[in-house]
Formats: sequence, C-alpha cells, structure tokens
Amino acid sequence: MTVMERFPHRLTLVTGHYGTGKTEFSVNLALALAEEGARVALADLDIVNPYFRSRERRELLEAAGVRLVATSQALADADVPALPAELHAVLEDRSVRGVLDIGGDPSGARVLARYRPRILKEDYQLLYVVNAARPEVRTAESSAEYLRAIEAVTGLQCTGLVNNTHLCGETGPEDVREGAALAAEVSRMTGVPVVCHAAEARFREALADLDPFPMELRMRKPWEE
Amino acid sequence: MKREIWKGSEAIAEAAIRAGCRCFFGYPITPQNEIPEYMSYHMPQSGGVFVQAESELAAVNMVYGAAASGVRAMTSSSSPGVSLKQEGISYLAACQLPAVVVNVMRGGPGLGSIQPAQGDYFQATRGGGNGDYRTVVLAPANIQEAVDLTQEAFDIADQYRNPVVVLADGLIGQMMEPIVWKERTPRQLPEKTWAACGRGDRDHNNFITSLLIDAPSCEAHNLELNKKVLEMEKNECRWEEILMDDAELVFVAYGTPSRVAQTAAENLRKQGIKAGVFRPITVWPYPYARLKEIAGLDRVKVFLTVEMSLGQMLDDVNLAVGERKPVKFYGRCGGKIPGVSEVERAALEAWKEVK
Repeated sequence: MTVMERFPHRLTLVTGHYGTGKTEFSVNLALALAEEGARVALADLDIVNPYFRSRERRELLEAAGVRLVATSQALADADVPALPAELHAVLEDRSVRGVLDIGGDPSGARVLARYRPRILKEDYQLLYVVNAARPEVRTAESSAEYLRAIEAVTGLQCTGLVNNTHLCGETGPEDVREGAALAAEVSRMTGVPVVCHAAEARFREALADLDPFPMELRMRKPWEE
Repeated sequence: MKREIWKGSEAIAEAAIRAGCRCFFGYPITPQNEIPEYMSYHMPQSGGVFVQAESELAAVNMVYGAAASGVRAMTSSSSPGVSLKQEGISYLAACQLPAVVVNVMRGGPGLGSIQPAQGDYFQATRGGGNGDYRTVVLAPANIQEAVDLTQEAFDIADQYRNPVVVLADGLIGQMMEPIVWKERTPRQLPEKTWAACGRGDRDHNNFITSLLIDAPSCEAHNLELNKKVLEMEKNECRWEEILMDDAELVFVAYGTPSRVAQTAAENLRKQGIKAGVFRPITVWPYPYARLKEIAGLDRVKVFLTVEMSLGQMLDDVNLAVGERKPVKFYGRCGGKIPGVSEVERAALEAWKEVK
C-alpha cells in the first residue's frame, strides 16, 4: 500500500495528548508523502510546547521538498499563541497535501476551531494519536476522554486513530503491540477506526502482521546527532 | 518494572507527590509550566494543596509557611522566576526550614529566552540570596535521575532542615524519556519537633524567625547553620564518571551538556583519543576532592569544561584542578545547546595543545 493510499485525504490533522508523538508522526508522514511525489505542506500549529516542534526540522523538510508553514522565524523560539497566516494557503489550495501538526491536549487542539468552517469544506481526516506508554492516556478510558475533549473544542469529528506507542529510542515491537491493543479498545469504545500503527522502520518485519507505517526518528535530542 | 515515557517537568511533579510533597505553590513560566499544571490536577487528588500564587515571591513565602508547619512543600520556576524567589530561599535557610525549589533554567540574564540554559549556576551554588548559607543543588542529566533526585531532595531537606534546589536545564524539563517508578527506601529522618503546628502538649511554643537583632546571637546562629553546611559537604556530594577508566581527555559537564559530551567522548574514542566525562550530580557540594585526584593522574592530560553558560562551573573545575593540568572551556548560552560536533572540535583543539 502506498502512503497516499494509506492516507487518502488531502488534509491530515494530527491531534492527541501531548507527548504521544504527534510531531514525530507528522514529520514522517509529510516526508513519506513528498517521497511519493505529492506537493506537501507541513503546518506546525503547536502553540503549547516550547521545544521539540516540527519547525525545528525546517532544513530537513525543505530539502525533501516539503513546505513548512510555521510562525515567523522571529518567533520560532517563543511560545506565543500566534498562528501563521500562510496556513490559509494550505487549507484552500487543493493541489497541496497538508499535514497539520497540532499542539497537545484539548488546549493545543483549540487552534483548529478557528479553521473549522474551512476544514469542513475540504477532504480531511482528523487523526488522534494513541500511545500506551504515556501515563495520562494509557487506559482506553482516559485516552477516549482526551479524544472526546479534543472533538469538543475543535467542533470536528475524529476520523481515525493512529497507534504511535513508543519509548523514544528504547521502543521494542512488544510496546507497539501493547499500543495496538489499546488502540483497538479505544476504537471499540468510540467507534473511531484504527487507521494505522506507526513504528520505527526497523520493526517492519517483527510487526509485519500490523503492516506498520514505517518511521525514522527525526525529532532527535542534541546528543543523538 | 513498567517503563513509561514522561516529560521531565511532569515527572518532577509526580516524583514530588510520590515523595510526600503535600503543598505546591507556583507561578507559571516557560519552560516549567507542566509542573504547576500537573500539580493543579494531581496534587488535590493526592490529598494535598495546590495554589497558583499571585507571584513567585508569594509562592516561595507560601512554601515558607507550609514548611514551618512541618509539611513537605515545593515550588518551581525558571530562571527569572527563581531570581525572584531568592529572598524566600534565604529566609528558609535562616529559619532551618526544609523545602524543595526546582529551577528549570532558561536563557538569561533578565527575561532572556525560553530555550534551555545553565546561567544560574553561580546563583544556585553560592546560596543565591543574602547571608551565609548554602543549599544542596541536585543537577539531573536524564528524566530517571530527575525523578530519583526530586524524591531524595525532600529527604535531604528534612535531614538537614535546609532548602534543596533541583537544578535542571530547560531540556531536562521539556524532553521525554522512558522511566520506571522504583521502590524507594526513604532516609531515617528525625521527627519535626520544631514545627509550628499548634502547641499541643508541648511546654513551649515553637517560634520560627530569622530576625536575630543582637549580633552575638546572630553570629552564633550562623555558626550553627555552618555546621550543617559542613555536614552537607561531607555527606551529600555525588558525581558520575563515564568512560573514565583510561581517559586522557576529561570533559567536565552537568545536565544536558554532559549528554552531549558523552556522545562526543564516544566519537573521539573512535578517532583514537581516550576521552571520558566527569559529571557532577551535585553542583553544591561540588566534587572537588575527586576531581583533584583525577587531575593528579599521570594519564590525564587536559580538562574541557562544557556548559550552557559562559564559564560558571569552570570556576569550580579550576578550584579543583588548580595548576595540575590545563583546563579548557567550551560554552553556548542564551538558549543554545552545544552540538556534538562543536564539542568534538573544541576537544580536538584542546588535545592538539597538550599531546
């Protein structure tokens, strides 16, 4: 299955509890779509986190042909709730595949509410990232609660779950499987389907039955250069 | 044990609750907002009290009040906010009140930036407020250590009746790493017979003050406090030695730069340079004695101090090493993190001079 078949919608909105790996997933998805020849824009709409945001990977993204839409460079190191005006271009230009990396929790997802009328006119999917290694959302109940809260503040329906269970660089295939079980349970409770399991490419064989979306860790720490 | 991934700031908050912290007073500032945010939700659930104070100064004085009544109390902030708390920390030390103060450091001076830095080293290790006092300063380099040290900080504070500082740089506060919640063996601690928590059956009032208006009493009080300083120096010093068994080039770094230095040391070893890392875990008390000993080893040729500040810990390295070996320095500041390749380059330059 190609990446475009796996993620067939023009706009992909990536939400979830903070620390679940939304940015890592968004950066990987944008790069994978670009590799298949799509015109891709990645919008960093994280107004919650001060560090580890997709805008820090500008060079990598631009080298791969991905347009990065983020707060102006002057504010790149700040945590002011300013959104890039350029985002409208991504929402309206139907020749562009847009990946929207949204800040964590309902507080981060709130930025989407502003764009709701436009998003509803477009072919979009709202993904919710599940991670069984994050203490606040490790049970199906708490994970579903965050999902519902994100739907409530955005006014948008969640259309798919992404199991992105990881322990930073120390993940094993069994962790991804644990996340798959959690995602299945969240799906059962909410009726939202699991659209993919994201896992480091090195686990592709060990997890062949899950047909994972292969990722390379891009949001590395300074000493992991 | 089950591994979970935690963000540094929220892990510090949870660790404090697990260590029996029952009062948290804070005021928001990036990059440590997750601490008060986590506390606001979880502290009431654990039967404790969370107050978002009207200012940093108010928060630290609420800690003073809670600590005086014998409760385990904590406040947290980031650099400019911690500057505002210094008066309160001095009063806590003067009144012999145990408390934990977390500083998730960002770029300074002044309001600076919100990116990670270590420019508060002097402030943290030399007391910071007015008067003769010191606080134990614990400097974690990973999230597991941040958790473990935060829990132990409460024990250290109670043991010496003195404030303890957890000094994390912004990256430690903001990054995520897997951790486990270990079974902890708390220290044997004296009962808080001094606490001002109601007279009860006591035949006297417990009175807590830092005002000693006649000089001889104030001096006597200072000498009492100093006994604890000497005890803390003797008992609480700790450090880690990484790749040090045969090291000829020694990085000295704490917190995030020690992680960068470790990668640099591993890379240098591939190029045939035996590099190691000396990592202070307490930056006060500073591991002078061990560093001095290492400086005396024949095989050790040069030291390279790496900081996210412009040469603050460098003073302590120089105090320890003296004239025994050359001490070089590489630092970034204002919120920039030294990169592995930059640190390697600095090491190669230092190596060229001594080999």
